[in-house]
Amino acid sequence: MAERSFVEEVKKLRLGAGEVFSGEGILAVTKALLESGVSYVAGYQGAPISHLMDVLADAQDILSDHGIRFENSASEATAAATLAASVNYPLRGAVTFKATVGTNVASDALANLASGGVLGGALIIVGEDYGEGSSIMQERSHAFAMKSQMWLLDPRPNLPCIVQAVKDGFDLSEASSTPVMLQLRIRACHVHGQFVASDNKRASFTIKQALARPQRDVNRIVLPPASFMHEKEKIEQRWPAAVRFIKERQLNEFFSEHDDDVGLVVQGGSYNTLIRALNKLGLADVYGESKVPLYVMNVAYPLIDDEFERFCQGKRAILVLEEGQPNFVEQNVADILRRLQSPTVLHGKDLLPLAGEYNTATMLAGVKAFLQRYGKVEADPKERKVIPLQPVSAEASAELAANVHARPPGFCTGCPERPIFTAMKLVERELGPHHVTADIGCHLFSILPPFNIGATTMGYGLGAASAAAFNTPGAKRAISVMGDGGFWHNGLTSGIANAVFNRSDNLTIVVDNSYTSATGGQDILSSTALNPTRSTGHAIEKAVRGVGVEWVHRVQRTYDLKTMMATLREALTTKETGPKVLIAQSECMLNKQRREKPQVRKAVAAGERVVRERFGVDPDTCTGDHSCIRLSGCPSLTIKPNPDPLRTDPIAAVQDSCVGCGLCGEVSHAAVLCPSFYRAEIITNPTRMDKFRKRLSGLVIGWLQGRDARRREQLAF
Amino acid sequence: MQEIKNIQQPIKIAILAMGGEGGGVLADWIVDLGEHHGWYAQTTSVPGVAQRTGATIYYVELLPPAPAHEKRKPVLALMPMPGDVDVVLCSELMEAGRAVQRGLVTPDRTTLLTSTHRVYSIAEKAAMGDGRVDVDVLLKHAEKAAKRLVSFDMAQAAEETGSVISAVLFGALCGTGVVPFSREQFEQTIERGGVGVKPSLKAFARGCGEAMGQGAPKAEAAAEALPNPKSPAVAQLLDRVGKAFDEKSGRLVREGVRRLIDYQDIPYASLYLDRLESLQRRTGGMDPVLTGEVARHLALWMSYEDTIRVADLKTRGSRFDRVQGEVRAKQEQQVHINEFMHPRIEEICETLPSGLGRWLSKPHFIHRMIARMTTEGRVIRTSSLPGFMLLWTLSRWRAGRRTTLRYELENQRIERWFGKILALAHAHPALALEVARLQRLVKGYGDTHARGLGNYETLMGFLEKHETQIAPATLGELREAALASEDGQKLRFALQRMAFN
Repeated sequence: MAERSFVEEVKKLRLGAGEVFSGEGILAVTKALLESGVSYVAGYQGAPISHLMDVLADAQDILSDHGIRFENSASEATAAATLAASVNYPLRGAVTFKATVGTNVASDALANLASGGVLGGALIIVGEDYGEGSSIMQERSHAFAMKSQMWLLDPRPNLPCIVQAVKDGFDLSEASSTPVMLQLRIRACHVHGQFVASDNKRASFTIKQALARPQRDVNRIVLPPASFMHEKEKIEQRWPAAVRFIKERQLNEFFSEHDDDVGLVVQGGSYNTLIRALNKLGLADVYGESKVPLYVMNVAYPLIDDEFERFCQGKRAILVLEEGQPNFVEQNVADILRRLQSPTVLHGKDLLPLAGEYNTATMLAGVKAFLQRYGKVEADPKERKVIPLQPVSAEASAELAANVHARPPGFCTGCPERPIFTAMKLVERELGPHHVTADIGCHLFSILPPFNIGATTMGYGLGAASAAAFNTPGAKRAISVMGDGGFWHNGLTSGIANAVFNRSDNLTIVVDNSYTSATGGQDILSSTALNPTRSTGHAIEKAVRGVGVEWVHRVQRTYDLKTMMATLREALTTKETGPKVLIAQSECMLNKQRREKPQVRKAVAAGERVVRERFGVDPDTCTGDHSCIRLSGCPSLTIKPNPDPLRTDPIAAVQDSCVGCGLCGEVSHAAVLCPSFYRAEIITNPTRMDKFRKRLSGLVIGWLQGRDARRREQLAF
Repeated sequence: MQEIKNIQQPIKIAILAMGGEGGGVLADWIVDLGEHHGWYAQTTSVPGVAQRTGATIYYVELLPPAPAHEKRKPVLALMPMPGDVDVVLCSELMEAGRAVQRGLVTPDRTTLLTSTHRVYSIAEKAAMGDGRVDVDVLLKHAEKAAKRLVSFDMAQAAEETGSVISAVLFGALCGTGVVPFSREQFEQTIERGGVGVKPSLKAFARGCGEAMGQGAPKAEAAAEALPNPKSPAVAQLLDRVGKAFDEKSGRLVREGVRRLIDYQDIPYASLYLDRLESLQRRTGGMDPVLTGEVARHLALWMSYEDTIRVADLKTRGSRFDRVQGEVRAKQEQQVHINEFMHPRIEEICETLPSGLGRWLSKPHFIHRMIARMTTEGRVIRTSSLPGFMLLWTLSRWRAGRRTTLRYELENQRIERWFGKILALAHAHPALALEVARLQRLVKGYGDTHARGLGNYETLMGFLEKHETQIAPATLGELREAALASEDGQKLRFALQRMAFN
């Protein structure tokens, strides 16, 4: 069950021609896929295209209406390999994954796919951004497009353009027998907007037809001599075909082309930002009417030489606004202009920073510098045109900086992964620190305070693999952490099986919370949920034993700190050789709450006895040391001013958002902290027995408490 | 190049929020408000991070319909530019500081609306002492940076109206009048949303009212009630306070007396006054700061947290009521309270009369047996009769507290510490003050207490060894270093750096 339900929004996918679609960018992409007549869609979740996968999962009835096969791929490589269906058959297919991290994993399949080429349109939708929304912000799928010679689209970030890019992408792919990548920036995926829908299209050729009459063509297989031919094909046929198509369909756009003798070149994805920068310079209005000639590349790769020749015609200089390093586009443009012996001067990274996101302020500075150099704007702009950025005194900004802390993401309230790291911290006190390799997933938040655990993260599912070198007789064992998502993504083979084969002695902790929680709580093989369209319930333990691990321990309730610590201690000290695998199981609390809350509400309404648990801290016994917070970090465990007039340190406090996971109590027991924690059980609809007991004990307790209170009252002042 | 004159601009709104605070809902409301009335509205964000307690920015642009441009669609930005934002909405005060830091708030145009409540960062929460940032600094910079600042405790407003902060912010946005829609149009947006409409509207009204300056008048700070003792013995103690101390330190001394009567009895509070009076005599009453700090720390030390004290506090009727309120139990619900206790052999020995306790703490058969029985923590249900009686009976042992091993140990420590303060008070009051403050290290229970005490002993030993050459500030620095890291590394480094080892 995914974090967000799109059941309501999915209805928009049935809109017909002429109706107005209003919603998020990623939903519009899904609609565009249906309008393009795809036969299959696959992908691996990850922000921002997680939502696309979730939309598809919630839209399975629509997909089956249209005979579309939808796959939750095991990895990006699986997703990319799925596109093999378009090699021999006129089947349109799309796959989706997150950013360069996904492209990296998929690159083997993508290289082979691009080599043989496709018959049916093959679209790779990559949720990718440069900067804030990216996981490895300096890397770009652009490089993969270049090396494998796939075409890369980067449309302007508004819904009509994005939808059109999907459709153009399929046509371009078919026209040039080449897979096409569609890069969607994170804010574009989540942008709210509108477009006029078309009717959904059913593919004329079906998967069933393909299976009924299998086709093969040895020339499409990447093996000599065919592979030599592919290289030639790419250069001699597919590339020219793509260039022709891009020109004819006018995928790239020219604005105010002849309005001046300087011009700006930008990728579609950065267009809105550029327009805002020009707007601030007084050179464009809010409708995009620009005084400066613009060449907008909705196709980021390949570059179209003719179009550059056309744009540079009569221009003294152009500025290429390209995020990232190396500056692939700028280098390519330099090459084009040089061959043309064009007198137009090329600017780019000489006027803009080499690294970092090109936000509006950065673009503004770069464009202004460019225009000033050619006398297009005054060297010293008038007061009102200056960005009203107040020069803040160093002292003031330092004072503010000291009082504004970074707020990185962390474990949720009641997260079952937190106790694993608490246990590691506590065991560390006994056995000393160990080398810990981390993985990708929620558990990676352990590298941040308060846990500060984990030395490297090499990639999704590679936690165990990245401890491979740390095997030496008689040395302390290295610890690897891996989530269930990473485990099934590739951790089982690259980490566990590899450790078995190479006789590793290390410990791998597999965090099994029943979902790929970091990407939004999707189901995977080992999920315990009953999923009507997927096969779940395949235990990680069976897989681990299946590849030959002997030492496998399972902790079925991670909140049980004592067992967690004992198992860790055992794993790190046992004389037994060979890889150790500790499977730490507890359901993701976000999902659990989402699952249980409606049930509880129903039970309460039906008058059933329901017990809610939550923790609390007694302010008069808490001394404000905050050990509990350092060992937990739960968002609902916080601090508040000390009500004691004699004390100054803030005390710990539990917010009402507490879900009563029990860790606070376990920690105070295991670490011998303090007696301040209490667990309250709040009983709704108490039974007769409950009421009777309460009355009985209340009589005695109330009498004693009343007596004591009166005594204290006597001495009060 | 000819500049375009009078470029129409969208209204630019940035929302800074953390996960689960409804920043997305707020952005959607604003978009719906605009679109419903024919405006162009665009919103976007970088979610994913926000869902997991991280801070994030939602960005909205609103553009009125322009008849002249009916066919053309506006090109709106997807991220805010520093210096180019009309409205910044913050769900929490540090986020407002972040908005200012990022340059999103500028005095020429930005209306800043922020809640003044704090959601503490992990660095603030995890500090061993007080790691909270300065709220006044945040407010000062918010005020300085904004054209107009609307700030109040929106968490409280949300709490009181049974709604969420986003609804209060939406109301405050309406109240500031920076977006040209009527209150009715705002409220209809909430109604169209259809989820939790009633409480949302209530919270909206609160926010709107506050922003329009119609907030409920602030209650006057209650004047400190004059002490009104019922017991003549207490009156006598208070009399002594009035005679020996000035107004400011007297207030703290009175709190100390109150604490120690509550902790033990009148003679114990009298002992407290005896000690403080001897300090007064030493300084001639000329050092109210020292007196105040010693009064505070001495009261805290004399009311050290032993099992008797914990049992006493846990079983009080007022505490039961407090828990009932804190967990927001309704009248018809029942509440049970379960305590997490971990009495170790050390605590058991210390609670016994000193001779017996000392005997038990020696490593013999019975010691080992009891130690084995106490390796695990226990959960005691105070709201049940057996649990309550166990703790209540223990709390009655207060009568014998002065005979316990713990009392003997603590009293020795207090005497040593206080003796040091007395010795330094006249000649070197600044150092005496720092010595007094060392008490801050000794707090908590179990391992925490042992660690703190260890640090304290280290510093006292250090003080005794180097007394003639140590500056008060150095001792203060060492105390802060001891509070800065749990494993004592910072303290070790500090001691090494000062080359005093």
